[in-house]
Amino acid sequence: MASRLHIPTAPYRPGEQPDFSTIKLPKAGELARPDELVAANECSELPFNLLRVLDDNHQATGPWDPQLPAAVLLDGLRYMLLTRLYDERMLRMQRQGKMSFYLKCTGEEAVSVAQCMAVNDGDMLFPTYRQQGLLITRGYPLLDMMCQCLSNAGDKLQGRQLPVMYSSDVHKFFSISGNLGTQFSQAVGWAMAAEYRKTNDIAVAWVGEGTSAEADFHYALTFSSVYRAPVILNVVNNQWAISTHQNVAGGDQNPFAARGIGYGIPGLRVDGNDFLATYAATRWAAQRARTGGGPTLIELYTYRAAPHSTSDDPAKYRPTDEWEHWPLGDPVERLKQHLVALDEWSETDHERMREELEDTVSTIWKEAVSLGTLNEGPHPPDAAMFEHVYKEMPSHLVEQRRQLEGRDERSN
Amino acid sequence: MNAVINLQDDRSERRTAPEGLRPETGSMSMIQALNSAMDVMLEKDPNVVIFGEDVGYFGGVFRCTEGLQQKHGEDRVFDTPIAEGGIVATAIGMGVNGLRPVVEIQFADYIYPAFDQIASELARLRYRSAGQFWSPVTIRTPCGGGIRGGQTHSQTPEALFAHVCGLKTVMPSNPYDAKGLLISAIEDDDPVIFFEPKRLYNGPFDGDPDKPAVSWDNHEKGQVPVGHYRVALGKAETVRAGNDLTILAYGTMVHVALAAAAREGIDAEVIDVRTLAPLDIDTLCESVCRTGRCVIVHEATRHCGYGAELSAQVQEHCFWNLEAPIERVTGWDTPYPHAQEWAYFPGQARVAKALRRTLDA
Repeated sequence: MASRLHIPTAPYRPGEQPDFSTIKLPKAGELARPDELVAANECSELPFNLLRVLDDNHQATGPWDPQLPAAVLLDGLRYMLLTRLYDERMLRMQRQGKMSFYLKCTGEEAVSVAQCMAVNDGDMLFPTYRQQGLLITRGYPLLDMMCQCLSNAGDKLQGRQLPVMYSSDVHKFFSISGNLGTQFSQAVGWAMAAEYRKTNDIAVAWVGEGTSAEADFHYALTFSSVYRAPVILNVVNNQWAISTHQNVAGGDQNPFAARGIGYGIPGLRVDGNDFLATYAATRWAAQRARTGGGPTLIELYTYRAAPHSTSDDPAKYRPTDEWEHWPLGDPVERLKQHLVALDEWSETDHERMREELEDTVSTIWKEAVSLGTLNEGPHPPDAAMFEHVYKEMPSHLVEQRRQLEGRDERSN
Repeated sequence: MNAVINLQDDRSERRTAPEGLRPETGSMSMIQALNSAMDVMLEKDPNVVIFGEDVGYFGGVFRCTEGLQQKHGEDRVFDTPIAEGGIVATAIGMGVNGLRPVVEIQFADYIYPAFDQIASELARLRYRSAGQFWSPVTIRTPCGGGIRGGQTHSQTPEALFAHVCGLKTVMPSNPYDAKGLLISAIEDDDPVIFFEPKRLYNGPFDGDPDKPAVSWDNHEKGQVPVGHYRVALGKAETVRAGNDLTILAYGTMVHVALAAAAREGIDAEVIDVRTLAPLDIDTLCESVCRTGRCVIVHEATRHCGYGAELSAQVQEHCFWNLEAPIERVTGWDTPYPHAQEWAYFPGQARVAKALRRTLDA
């Protein structure tokens, strides 16, 4: 007898032909743009729609068009392409055994790059491990990123973290935890403190759609709503949480952006592969936060073209060519086409930029490996593991460090 | 960034009062002493904020924050939604952004939803970011039994926190220490889990539930300076010097241990551990090596309880001086019962029996 439980599953499994014609894609430019201080109840249709600015002819259209100068768009294209090329190189290096682990964001570059460009440098970013584009956009040195991935002598985090778990206080990029969702509610606290201290900074946080089931997601929505914290809460719906389809997080019931309504938080559901729409939505939310409107929940609707990580094999749970059928395309290609349509860019320009960025990545990579690799070293010193457990090292750690270094007769 | 703004240099307060001028003191319960510690810190450091369930307008279910919102404002002392994980998470974020949050978890029994935020995030933020980010959060939480609270209002889960590297874990046994330790905890740049034995809130308790309750008024440690002072974290205190054996205890059990030793006429040295992590092993071992005998007393369950760590360390450091096996007197390895509370609670009789055994060994 069939169970009466609804057990959600993925639409397509290996060997099946993906057909995404069932996904309702509203026309670009159709959606009205309310005032940033609109009440959540007065824009409750937004999370059930899909905000798009780039149309099928690669033109920007409608009231959400952020009308960015071509130079800004070219910056965005450059950061996205650099993110992709960096990812490709790091993946190859992981495959060659230079690092223990890697994790790409292919297909999701617009999320981090456009969102980062839409907020201020003073705004604090609370990322997941798939927003490396934030660091690249904020100008964090690629060398430091690579050294972190290599856990070598140049690793600013002293070899403590798994590759890609970056941190940069200078770039206001919060230390990546690896425990999912914890940073979502922490970001709300950061934003509350920003308000308490009367700064004009906001916090921006990301989780994947799978993590929206964690308690921290709901803590973040509750606390940000209750205290009207200046924070942008982003759910990157890339369809897949390792092998688990977004339907298993409840995505087939209601859009994740609609989770905000119950909390009195406006929800924007955005074509996350549309650079302009992603930028415009983030800008709207940032303006709302900065003018006392409180939080916004943004769902970035996209597709995880990459495996979850180098430890994952997507061929076991989804069609290998599924991304090619994804109706929202490739964010890099779409912004490129837009710039071509504006007559600001050409295929030749693009190839030239790709070659230049590849060269840059290669050159920096050589410098990074000259500082060591995980397998061959040199690494940060072993004794460094005892630092930063506490602000000042307590006596038992001094003692254990002595034991590690064999300077204690009781070492074992 | 990440600079915690200290508008006042708190070290200037370290000066001692001029001779002949004793700091003004008053008789305080532990509740009043804790309240005074927070009042002093709110006054002293504009980055201190206090929040938790019912702590704002009402002043907390145990009244520890009574009057603080009225005095210091709604943006500094406020109520939160019922979400312990959310309380700690927002505190972490605030701490990263320059504040010095003091949060209350209404009962230690309710702290578990916040455990991930405490153990995986708060405790390790400085470490995983190689010192780039840190958050000086103090988490206050009432713990312990003896109040007919049953299994959800009586736990002392200190061992779970003392086990987590990166945290400091504290449990005072009297009003004077409570205030001084809480001020130290708030001023400390590392996260501190501050356990308050709720049976001691209104008076010392020697483990005999049939005696009438006594207040802190006539207790030496109920005399508390009204202003700012510190009791250092990481320092145990010898509350009774003695020669026959050493009792290691903390929280409510300090009082039970003292009473049990007195009842048996044993010249016990009683040490109040006070800070469980980092542990002041030197004070403990100096005593045990001298007396040669050690009894460890705590309220929490025995298996993997904090006494196991104390016992292991004492054995490592004092083995050749020991004249008897190290004994532990603890709660039984069951959830904290309601009707059977006084059979569960490691009271004077059980402690006395262990003291006698250790002395006779």
